[in-house]
Amino acid sequence: MSYVLGLKCRECGRLYPKEVVFVCEYCFGSVEVDYDYDAIRRVFTTASLAQRPKSLWRYRELLPIEGEPTAGLSSGYTPFFRATRLAEALGVEELYLKDDSVSHPTLSFKDRVVSVALTRAKELGFDTVACASTGNLANAVAAHAARAGLKRYIFIPADLEMGKIIASLIYQPTLIAVEGTYDEVNRLCAEIGAKYPWAFVNINIRPYYAEGSKTYGYEIVEQLGWRPPQHIVIPAAGGSLITKIAKALKELRLLGLLGEGATKLHAAQAAGCAPIVNTIRERADIVKPVKPKTIAKSLAIGNPADGYYATKTVLESGGWADAASDDEMIEAMKLLAKTEGVFTETAGGVTLAVAKKLIDAGVIPRDESVVICITGNGLKTQEPLADRVGRAVRIKPTLASFESELAGQLAVASTNQ
Amino acid sequence: MAVTVRIPTPLQRLTDGQGEVQCEGSTVIELLSDLERRHPGIKERICDGDGKLRRFVNVFVNEEDIRFLQGDQTAVKSGDEVSIIPAIAGG
Repeated sequence: MSYVLGLKCRECGRLYPKEVVFVCEYCFGSVEVDYDYDAIRRVFTTASLAQRPKSLWRYRELLPIEGEPTAGLSSGYTPFFRATRLAEALGVEELYLKDDSVSHPTLSFKDRVVSVALTRAKELGFDTVACASTGNLANAVAAHAARAGLKRYIFIPADLEMGKIIASLIYQPTLIAVEGTYDEVNRLCAEIGAKYPWAFVNINIRPYYAEGSKTYGYEIVEQLGWRPPQHIVIPAAGGSLITKIAKALKELRLLGLLGEGATKLHAAQAAGCAPIVNTIRERADIVKPVKPKTIAKSLAIGNPADGYYATKTVLESGGWADAASDDEMIEAMKLLAKTEGVFTETAGGVTLAVAKKLIDAGVIPRDESVVICITGNGLKTQEPLADRVGRAVRIKPTLASFESELAGQLAVASTNQ
Repeated sequence: MAVTVRIPTPLQRLTDGQGEVQCEGSTVIELLSDLERRHPGIKERICDGDGKLRRFVNVFVNEEDIRFLQGDQTAVKSGDEVSIIPAIAGG
């Protein structure tokens, strides 16, 4: 049973059937899935949710598939918890982390979008899937497509972190490392996608794919007891996640499931690649592309496809934006690990560093509720940390060596004797 | 003096199904006007009512985004390749 009415151009409103249509043929605007919310309201209730699986598919009616889900059956419904030690460090009262660094199976929020994209790709009759990726999407497409028995072509910029390359190759896709930036990979894939009959998850089946990000928003609200947080700080690469969290909040409100109160959405980018942040801060109408130069490679998209909508979404919510330097993001990764025991990737460092800046600047008042979006895992981006996390204390396998190397620390520790 | 223009799938109906066409002009905007002469109706898809490139259309001259060059005034010469590509998502 499907609740999808069809696809609709976000710019001019033209309607399209629910097939492989990804841009409006008339104005090139992106097309978005349109649902029958009246029908959804009758079946999607908080009472019915209690019986459902703890995965992203618990929001099945609000996702663009026709039959039963066939990918990502264990993805989503990731941990959401109050971060009291980090709150103390940042000087805020009520802080939460939504932690997709432990998403099953590929440790980033891209498991969500790929679960939806591959279920839909199979429904549409594709036997081959592909993507252009900064790393996390590559991992997710490679893994989910392996399990779904689909052929897979993955395109990445050649200079990605080793962790992200290995975590794609292990699933035996055809991995193509393009000598260029992500934006160049994306342009190439648009041309390849026009020539080969593949489901490019972020290109020709993007309208379905992108809807998967809404589940990150539904979960925040459900796990907070159907109460909207006052602030959500969200990392931005192409800008889609911001727009989809906003859509999730809007849908839950429409369905009568969201408590009172408004949510300000804030965008976080790396200083070396901040086209969306620049546009928000200038309150501009046009997103100027940039040439990325940052260690936050998963956010290194200089020409963000959803930049325009992300900007509008943030400003309409009353939110703001800021950018973090390479140094600030590393310090934030360390702070998150030290206070909350969560090891996030560089993008998570960006999000936390920006949250800190917005709190310090008074944009986020210290007595209001804040959710920080952690969307990826630090084990994948270890290179920039190598010289920044200290070293192990190296000793001989003797008690004497232990006590002499740690003399300073042991002087204040007690023993059993 | 021909420049190769790659046509995105949604617009190939206007070029008789051709993915690549030859056009003439010394700048991107002149090229688009020539494209319109050869394939009437195509320019209004790419440009808005004021003749400016639409927000979600990316144009590349020899693989470089024209927003890093001189926009629609970017010079083109014989043998160049121009791609017209819709904005696409990322991750």
